[in-house]
Amino acid sequence: MSFDFDRVVVDDVSRHFGRRKALNRINLTCTAGEIVGLLGPNGAGKSTLLSILSTLVAPSAGQVLYGDRTADAGGAALRARLGLLGHDLYLYPELTARENLVFFARLFGLPDTAALVAEALSRANLADRADDAVSGFSRGMRQRLALERALLHQPRLLLLDEPFTGLDDASGQALVARLKGLRDRGGIVIVATHDLDLAEGLLDRLVVLRNGRLLPVAPSSASLRDRYRDTIQSFAAGGPNAATKDAQGGAP
Amino acid sequence: MKDFLRVAWIVMRKDFTVEMRSREIVYTTVFFAASCVLVFAFALVREGRPLEDAAAGILWIAIAFAGTLGLGRTFERERHTETLRALMLAPSDRPAIYVGKLLGMLALLAVVEAVLVPMVGLLFHAPFLASPFWMIALLATGTLGFASVGTLFAAMLIRARSRDVLLPVLLYPITIPVIIAGVRGTAALLQATPDEPMARFWTALLVFFDVVFVTLSLWTFEPLMTE
Repeated sequence: MSFDFDRVVVDDVSRHFGRRKALNRINLTCTAGEIVGLLGPNGAGKSTLLSILSTLVAPSAGQVLYGDRTADAGGAALRARLGLLGHDLYLYPELTARENLVFFARLFGLPDTAALVAEALSRANLADRADDAVSGFSRGMRQRLALERALLHQPRLLLLDEPFTGLDDASGQALVARLKGLRDRGGIVIVATHDLDLAEGLLDRLVVLRNGRLLPVAPSSASLRDRYRDTIQSFAAGGPNAATKDAQGGAP
Repeated sequence: MKDFLRVAWIVMRKDFTVEMRSREIVYTTVFFAASCVLVFAFALVREGRPLEDAAAGILWIAIAFAGTLGLGRTFERERHTETLRALMLAPSDRPAIYVGKLLGMLALLAVVEAVLVPMVGLLFHAPFLASPFWMIALLATGTLGFASVGTLFAAMLIRARSRDVLLPVLLYPITIPVIIAGVRGTAALLQATPDEPMARFWTALLVFFDVVFVTLSLWTFEPLMTE
């Protein structure tokens, strides 16, 4: 049952929804101990790529390898090593914060649930609201709780879709520190975000998606915002053919 | 297998806890089922005398209608919060999620039937307790057959825009054999002298449908739920 991996390889992955191409021949490799930023305008395909990486969506073509296994081969053992914080938070509003975490901890078969959940609630600064229904929480509080839900089982691959949404400055900084800690312990973190200020200094590598294609990002010491803007502008100037397979590595 | 049952139990218990907090689905489903029976009673009972042999059909129609409503609402709740995706990420066999949801539906329908059976019995003068064992067997096997297909279809349609329309359109044609077997078996028990051999035959047929439907649902759940 136990399974681990030290890299994720997206190999020529395409995904079509009817006639619409959400992703077009994506190649990307992420290794243990790095935080990869997935940037791009709305509708670029970021969430679709995260859904494919989380095994919830199957690619129309190509494959994703976790170590040497595909999602089908990895099955339940692979899912035990994946954490996903989606744009929707995957929390039950009728349940309390504690009940939500206990439910997911049990679903993942984690030992010592009570202590684990108490620790997670404390990290999310929700210990005093642990027994309140999630329906009464602000977006930021839900976001913090959802992050703890995604991290309960200490995943190797953490996929985050807009993780800074609703977070105040202190919570945003705490999340950045948390993700860096996860990277230092050998995690693979892939973050899709529009919050370039918080992402600055967090990302080890930048990957830009537009219209379902990866864009080549030139190595540069410029700020994240400038690099992102330059990449998008050069794509607009060069047309869709500017996106090539050479984009697969991203840029530091 | 132990892990499979553990996950199914956890999912069912979660559904139960959520429902206990809101009571939304159980109240609406029971109210809807009772309304159906009342409408039939107004239409088919004249001067205190019900239409002959109507009780069995009315009972199963009310169960099917209420079950469809319950199925839709249960999965609407998971869709609204996208929590079905989180369930699908659990490191267990994905059909365990299906079994957990199915158990939740069976519990809901058991509550509905606990209200419906005495109500139909009272309004349509139907002696449901004449052969209690076979009556319970028919209800249990019929409900399982209906809910097993319904749970699969409701989960499958969770992302469809017209899911509220598509669910009954897909579900009723497939479950017609279950409804027919339930009606015929119940009607056999409601005769002046309960026809237990006939009820046994229809129960056996329902068990066959259950085995086929549950097996197919377990087999197809994961591929159907992977987008």
